[in-house]
Amino acid sequence: MSAEPTLLAPAVAAPLPLGRTLAARLLRNPVVALGAGFLLLMALVGALAPVLGTLDPTAINPATRNRPPGFERTIRAEDGTTTTYRHRMGTDSLGRDVYSRVLYGARISLLIAVSVAALSLAIGLLLGLVAGYIRPLDGPIMRLMDGLMAIPGILLAIAVVSLFRAGLPAVIAAIVVPEIPRVVRLVRSIVLSVREEPYVEAAIMAGTRLPLLMARHILPNTVAPLIVQGTFIAASAILVEAVLSFLGIGIPPETPSWGNIMAEGRNLFRVYPHNILYPGIFLGLTVLAVNMLGDGLRDTLDPKMTGR
Amino acid sequence: MAFRRSVLGLVAATAALLAPGIAPAQTLKAVMHSDVKIVDPIWTTAYIVRNHGYMIYDTLFALDGQGEVKPQMVDTYTMSPDNLAYTFTLRDGLKWHDGKPVTAEDCVASIKRWGARDSLGQKLMTFVEGMSTDDAKRFTVKLKSPTGLLLFGLAKPSSNVPFMMPKRVAETDPNQQISDFTGSGPFVMKTDEWKPGDRIVYTKFKDYKPRPEPASGLAGGKVVKVDRVEWLAISDQQQAVNALLAGEIDLIEQPAYDLIPLLKSDSSVKLVDYNPLGLQYAMRPNHLIKPFDNPKVRQALTYALNQTDFLQAVVGDPDYYKTCKALFVCGSPLATDKGMDGLLESNFAKSKQLLKEAGYDGTPIVLLHSTDLQTLTNLGPVAKQLLEKGGFKVDMQSSDWQTVVSRRVRKDPADKGGWNLMNTSWVSADILNPVMSSFMNMSCDKAPFGWPCDAEMEKLRDDFAREVDPAKQKALAEAVQMRWREVVPYVHLGQFYIPIAARKNVTGILTAAAPVFWNVEKTK
Amino acid sequence: MLGYVLRRLLAAIPVLAIVAVLVFLMLRLTPGDPAAVIAGDNASSEQIAQVRSKLGLDQPLPAQFAIWIGNLATGNLGESFFFKKSIGELILGRIEPTLSLAAATMLIAVCLAIPLGVVAAYRHGSWLDRIVMGVSVLGFSVPVFVIGYLLIYIFAITLGWFPVQGYQPLSGGLGGYLHRLVLPSLTLSVVYIALIARMTRASVLEVLNEDYIRTARAKGQVERKILFRHALKNAAVPIVTVVGIGIALLIGGVVVTESVFAIPGLGRLTVDAVLARDYPTIQALILMFSGVYVLINLLIDLTYSLFDPRIRH
Repeated sequence: MSAEPTLLAPAVAAPLPLGRTLAARLLRNPVVALGAGFLLLMALVGALAPVLGTLDPTAINPATRNRPPGFERTIRAEDGTTTTYRHRMGTDSLGRDVYSRVLYGARISLLIAVSVAALSLAIGLLLGLVAGYIRPLDGPIMRLMDGLMAIPGILLAIAVVSLFRAGLPAVIAAIVVPEIPRVVRLVRSIVLSVREEPYVEAAIMAGTRLPLLMARHILPNTVAPLIVQGTFIAASAILVEAVLSFLGIGIPPETPSWGNIMAEGRNLFRVYPHNILYPGIFLGLTVLAVNMLGDGLRDTLDPKMTGR
Repeated sequence: MAFRRSVLGLVAATAALLAPGIAPAQTLKAVMHSDVKIVDPIWTTAYIVRNHGYMIYDTLFALDGQGEVKPQMVDTYTMSPDNLAYTFTLRDGLKWHDGKPVTAEDCVASIKRWGARDSLGQKLMTFVEGMSTDDAKRFTVKLKSPTGLLLFGLAKPSSNVPFMMPKRVAETDPNQQISDFTGSGPFVMKTDEWKPGDRIVYTKFKDYKPRPEPASGLAGGKVVKVDRVEWLAISDQQQAVNALLAGEIDLIEQPAYDLIPLLKSDSSVKLVDYNPLGLQYAMRPNHLIKPFDNPKVRQALTYALNQTDFLQAVVGDPDYYKTCKALFVCGSPLATDKGMDGLLESNFAKSKQLLKEAGYDGTPIVLLHSTDLQTLTNLGPVAKQLLEKGGFKVDMQSSDWQTVVSRRVRKDPADKGGWNLMNTSWVSADILNPVMSSFMNMSCDKAPFGWPCDAEMEKLRDDFAREVDPAKQKALAEAVQMRWREVVPYVHLGQFYIPIAARKNVTGILTAAAPVFWNVEKTK
Repeated sequence: MLGYVLRRLLAAIPVLAIVAVLVFLMLRLTPGDPAAVIAGDNASSEQIAQVRSKLGLDQPLPAQFAIWIGNLATGNLGESFFFKKSIGELILGRIEPTLSLAAATMLIAVCLAIPLGVVAAYRHGSWLDRIVMGVSVLGFSVPVFVIGYLLIYIFAITLGWFPVQGYQPLSGGLGGYLHRLVLPSLTLSVVYIALIARMTRASVLEVLNEDYIRTARAKGQVERKILFRHALKNAAVPIVTVVGIGIALLIGGVVVTESVFAIPGLGRLTVDAVLARDYPTIQALILMFSGVYVLINLLIDLTYSLFDPRIRH
C-alpha cells in the first residue's frame, strides 16, 4: 500500500531534455495538465483557507456535534451580535466545522506530500551518490538500505512515530525513512551506469574535478527519474498518513489533515458519512492528480517509456 | 439475508432431527470494551480483568442490587461482642475447577494477597491484627480496632475485587502475575482456546453450587444459563455494531455512543442500562511540579471547567449522562452538593483572578491526551478550550493510551517527559467513599500518580475508615468534600452511563457494578 | 544453481543482522515503558521498577542485546511481556489467517489483473484501455480502510451476502472459511489489481513492439496465440517482479485489513504488540517479516530463469 507505484519508475533514463520545448511538451500532455491544474487548485484552496468562509478548524462546540451538511448555527459574537453560519459539510463529533477542517486539512496533507517527497529524494540522492561514487562506502550503505528495505514500511513507520512525540515532524519522518532505500538504489544504479559511459570516462581521464563531474554529468541524469519517483512518493505519502491516522498514531486531531479527519470519522461511517466522505473525496482526487502527473511526467521525460 | 436465515434454520432443524433429545450447546458471543491480555485481577486494576475475574472466581461477600453486603461463598459469620473478631464459615460443596474443595486456608491466603495490592485492602490490613484458620471451613479475622471496612472490603465490587483463589495460586508474590487460572466461580476459563488479541473462552462450571437466593446485583445465586461464553476482540467499534446487527454476535459491553442511534433504530437489538451508578470522568493535576503545586492554581481548575461541555462532547445523548457535583457519586448514600456552590460553572473571570493571585506565569500546561480510547478521546480538546478561556496556556500532547499510562508515573518536570494534567474515568463503584476513592488518597509519595499531599485530608480519611455509624460517615464525607474544595486533589467532570447492547433474545442481564454473565439467557 | 541459492542465503544473514540491530535500538529508544504498562494503572514507581528488573530491562543495552541474540541462536524467540505465552506459540497461532488472507488476495489480484492488463495492452488506446488504466489509478488513490468499509456496506450490510467480520479457521470447514475470506481479500486486492494490471499492460505493450511479434504476425499466427504464448511469456519477468514485491509489501495492507475485519492474524498482533510496547514480540515479528522479504526476493530471482532462459545464475 505504500510505495508500489515507485517501483515502476525506470531505473535509468536519458538526460533531461532542456528548455522550453520540454515545458510545452509537458503541458500539451492532457494528463499532466489536468493533474497539475488540480494540484494547483488544491494548493490555492489550502493557502486561501482563511478567506474561503471558514471557521477556526479547531473550535469545538459540544452542543452542535454530528450535524448533517447544510446545518445552520447561530453564532453569538462577543459584542452580542449574531450571525448565522451554514456548515456546508456538517460538523464532526466535537462540533467542529468539517468544511473548515477539510480546507485547512489541504495545507497539512499537501505539506506532508511535498516534504516527504523532497526529504526522501534529498537524503536518497545524497546517499545514492556517495554509495555510487565512493567505493568503500558502497557496501555499508547498501547493506543498511537492504536492512531498512526488508522491514515492512508500515511497521517501520509505526516504530518511528512512537520514537518521537506524535506530531507532524514524526509522521513525516516515519513516512520518509521507508522511502529512502528505494531512492538510494535508483540513484546508485544511475551513477554506476553513467560512470561507464565513454564521455564520462573521458571526463574523468581529463581530470575533471568531482563537483564539476557531478554537476555536469551525473546529476542531470538523475533529475528525470527522481522527479517521476518523487511524484509517486508524494502520492503514497498522503495515503500512508491516512493509514497511520487510522491506526491511531497519525497527526494529533487538533491539526486537521484529510487522513485524520477520515480516521476520526470512520466509526461514524454508517450514521454520519459526511465525516469521511468529504475529506475522502479531496484525498482521493488529490492522490489521483499526483499519480496522473507522475504518469504523464514519466511518459514525457522518459523516451524509453513513451508511446505507451 | 432472508435466504441465509432460512438455510440456517433448515440446518438447525436437520441437526435437531439427527440428535433428538440433546439440546444444542448454547454459546454467547460478546464483544467487551477491551481484549483480555493480563489475567490477574489482583495484580491489575484494569476493568476488563475484573470482568474476567467475575467469570472464573467467586467472592466471600458481594453487594446486592440495593448496595447491601450479602454473604456469597460464606454461609454464616459471627462477630465477637467487642466487634474485634469475625469468624466466617464457608458454604458446603464449594469446589475449585480442578475438583478439590475450597478451604479456609485458601481464603486466608487470597485475602492476604489482595490486602497487599488493593488500596482499600491496604487500608483494611492496617486494622487487622491477624487471621487464623479454625478448621477446613472456618477462619477468623482479628482486628486491632473496630471498623466497617472488613465486610465492605470483602464485598468490594470493583477493582481490585477480593477474588478467592487456591492457596497455591494466592501465595504468588503480589508483585508477580499468576499463571494458574483455577478459580471456583461459575465459569471455567478454557486456557487452550485463549488467544490474546482474538478471543477468550469460558464454559459453564458443572460443579458450581449456586446460592439458593435469586440473583441480585453481584450477590445471590449465580446460575449459569448458557454453555459457553466467548469474548471476541473486535477493535473496530463500527464493525462490532455491524456484527451485532447482523446477528454474528450477541452482545456489546460498551457500544460507541455515536452509534447508539443505529442500535435504537433496529428492532432486533436492545440497550440495557445495567449499571445505574455509571462512571465518572476525572481530571488529575500533578501536584508535585509547577504550577499545580499551588492550591490556588488547582482551585482555578474547579472554576474554569464545567461538566456539561465534557459530557456533551463525549457522550452527546443526555439519556446517558448526568452533571453531578457530588464527589461520591449521585445516587449513592454519600452523595452531597456541600461545598460545591459556584464551582464547575465555567466562571472564567474567577479562574483568571485566582491565576493572577497565584502568580501563574503563563508557562503552558502539559495536558496528556489519549487518542485511541473512544471514551476518553474527546475530553482533551474540550479541556484545552475551557482552560484557555480560563486564563491557562495549554500544550495538549497526544499519544496512545499506553504512552499516557507510562508517562503519568514520571515525576520529571513537564518539559522533560513529565506532565501537568491528564484525564481518565472511574467506575462509580470504585469511588463510593473517601477511603475507596484512589484520587482522594493524599498521602504524598504513597498516593497514586499526581502525588497529592495533605495531612488533614488523610486524617479525615482515617476517621472515615474507623467510623461505623452511617450518619457520622455522611458528616465525614461532607467534611472531605469541604477539604477537597481547598486542596483539589482532582476534578470530577461528570457522570456517564454506558448501556450494554444485546440481541433481543438475550435476557437476564443483571443490574450490577460490573457486567456479569451468570443469569444471562439466550432464548430462541 | 544450488551454489547460487546458498550464496544468496548466506548474503541474507548480514541483512537480517542489520534488521535485528535496527529494530532493537529503535525499540529501546522509544519513550514508552513496557514495565509501566504491565504494572497496571495504579502501580507505584517501586512496583514499576520491580517489573522492569524482572523483565531484564534495567540491564545495559549491550547486555540485553546479547541475551536476545543468544536466545535467538538457540531458536528461542523468548516470551511475550504481556500474553504470558512463548512468542513462537503466539506467532504460530496467528500465521494461518494472515497466510490465507495474503494468498487469497494475491490469487484474486493475479487472476483479475493479468487478463485486464493484457487486454488493455492489446486494445492499446481504446476506451477499454482508458477505463482499465483509469480505474487502476483510482485503485491506489483510496485508503484501504475506505475500500473495506464500502465493500462491507454494500456486500455485508445491504446485500447480506457475506459476514461483516471475523475469521473461521480452515479446520472449521471449507465453506465458512472461504465465505469469511472473500470480503477482506477483495478489499486488500484492489491496490494489487491496480498495480499488476498497470505493470502487465506496460510490459506486454513493450513486447508487442518487438520484431519477433511482428514476425509471428506476418507468419499469420492466431492473435490469441501471439498474445499469450509470445507476448505474455516474454513480459513475465517484470510482472513476476511486481507480484513478488507486492507479496513482500502485503504486510502493510494486512495490518489495516485485519483491523477492519477483526481477523486474528499477524498484522493485528504486530499493532497490538507495538501499542503495548511488547519488545520481544515486536522484535521477533519484524525479524520474521524481514526474513520472508529476503526469501521472496530470492524466489523472484529464481523464477526469472524459469521465464527467461537467458538469465542464468
